[in-house]
Amino acid sequence: MPVVEAKQLEKTYIAGDIAVKAIQGVSFTIEQASFVSFVGPSGSGKSTLLNMIGCLDPPTKGSLQVMGKDITILTRKQAAIFRGKHIGFVFQDFNLIPVLTVFENIEYPLLMVQNWPKKKRTEQVNNLLKAVGMADQGHKFPSQISGGQKQRVAVARALVTNASLVLADEPTANLDRTTANNIIELMKNMRDEFGTSFIFSTHDPKIMNNAETIFTLEDGQLLNNGGGNHV
Amino acid sequence: MFNIFNLALRNLRRYMRRTLLTSTLITLGVVAVLLFISIAGSFKNMMIGQVTDSMLGHMQIHKKGYMASMDSLPLDKNMKGKQLQKVTDELDQNSNIEAYSMRIKLGAMFSNYKETTNIRLNAVNPEQELKTVPMLAKRIIEGKKEGLIAKGEILVPELIAKGMKVTIGDSIVLVATNKDGSVNALPFVVRGILEGISGPGGRDGVIHINDAKNLLRIDDNGVSEIAIRLKNIQTMESDFAGLKQNLGSLKNKMDKPVFEIHTWEKLSPFFNIARMIDLMTLFIKVMLVAIVLVSIMNVMIMAVYERINEIGTIAAIGTVPSKILSLFVVEGFLLGCFGTFIGVIISLISIAAMNVSKISFDFGRQKGLLLSPTIGATEVITISLIVIGISVLASLQPAWKAARMDPITALRHV
Repeated sequence: MPVVEAKQLEKTYIAGDIAVKAIQGVSFTIEQASFVSFVGPSGSGKSTLLNMIGCLDPPTKGSLQVMGKDITILTRKQAAIFRGKHIGFVFQDFNLIPVLTVFENIEYPLLMVQNWPKKKRTEQVNNLLKAVGMADQGHKFPSQISGGQKQRVAVARALVTNASLVLADEPTANLDRTTANNIIELMKNMRDEFGTSFIFSTHDPKIMNNAETIFTLEDGQLLNNGGGNHV
Repeated sequence: MFNIFNLALRNLRRYMRRTLLTSTLITLGVVAVLLFISIAGSFKNMMIGQVTDSMLGHMQIHKKGYMASMDSLPLDKNMKGKQLQKVTDELDQNSNIEAYSMRIKLGAMFSNYKETTNIRLNAVNPEQELKTVPMLAKRIIEGKKEGLIAKGEILVPELIAKGMKVTIGDSIVLVATNKDGSVNALPFVVRGILEGISGPGGRDGVIHINDAKNLLRIDDNGVSEIAIRLKNIQTMESDFAGLKQNLGSLKNKMDKPVFEIHTWEKLSPFFNIARMIDLMTLFIKVMLVAIVLVSIMNVMIMAVYERINEIGTIAAIGTVPSKILSLFVVEGFLLGCFGTFIGVIISLISIAAMNVSKISFDFGRQKGLLLSPTIGATEVITISLIVIGISVLASLQPAWKAARMDPITALRHV
């Protein structure tokens, strides 16, 4: 079963009297344990596509199945529950909760979204902390760690629920080259270890080079159909 | 739920200065209300005590129609014979009644052998009267207080004593007309000068009930009114309802009610002042509600605005809208609880301090009355629940806004 299957996907925004077509007739399939990148200039529709896959923004037209479920028909609450269960997010600005420690940030989805029992939760968070190389930083608050470390925590938070799919919107945009490389390497390792599919939107050539499948978007249209590591 | 409380608590700690400022505002409001209630309540209770314990009693029973013609002090509307027996039987059986006093109220001419004036008199049995209105003796500003009054003596109201230039030990004559139109006179010795107070009977002189019977040539046991003292004034409403049911429902041969029963509230103009104090208390409570509503709503709107991006994040990672709503409502709830808790503690300490420092004030001729503010657990709990309830209510709108926020818009917010 593909992780994502989109057919003739369209997204139109209405700005005043003008209808802006952000995505036009896009179709693609993403298999399990993929490392996929959506690339394209600003305004090409990368983030819109990621938002639609992440059940944050419903498509205007077309069909979109994630983990075999038609997500175009989900209510707001159903979409939230679906995200909590199947999808992890990594943001450009890390988006950690400042009042929670590193441990608690990773624990948050298990506690507030999935309600795991404490023992199982602690075990899972410690595993993830170890996996992202932050085992000794769990007690620190986000303000006490570096940008790269924050993104590691964000990756751990995205994976902690055993999500099948992680969506990362420009995950290395705010990181220096070395840290960005480390994060990409980390995510690849996570993909290998947990079998999670990673989908990025990026301008970063480093990510593009590491992606196994690249979809190029321009003016909301797909210029290629994935298939190989090329831009 | 504990996790939501924990997270809410940390968010409040994050904006510590704002949390403290808002809590302080709530605390000040709670302190103002509780202190006002305790001081005004104490003042009110003291004044009610003065009014009921020095003249009126807690309730009064009259023959039906007496109150309507009270200004003329009618003698043909006395309770007597079986009627009086019925009332005394009822009062003797009632375990909530501490004492009652039977009075004859009459009008007379007061003569000091040189001048004559009108006087309203309250004829009482001193033992019954002192049990029913124990502070009456304190109104005697000159003369002997013990025993209140003896046969052949009169307590003269202050204004008449001044106007007629009579002092303790002077001899005066009372001239009265009985209900049949027959006139009689008796000499009396001035035993004391009585302070006047507002309300019915507050400027009456006092004589012994047997002297009144002699003066009016009454040969039955008829009385104009019966003043009642309850063991606990807090039970007045239910006691009044009980008496009204048992005595007020009695009818005469013409199927008309025989008795009328009134609480002090119907008899004294001070009740209006007491109601004004209650109204002011209500007004202060409304102000407290407004303070809490505005301050919590303001702080929660700010909290939502400042954490839009965070709301987007938690919504994106799967937090359902109802949980986001709970998070902000709980923050408001905790703010309300914190402010209320501190406010209650400060208020209770202040009330205790005022009681220890024995603050005194004067009321009329009564000097050095001690202010003894008290506050009941019910009032404290009511105010606390109001404040916490309003805190939750004020958080609802911002919390609703946060819960309904579109995650994408929220995530894009800088």
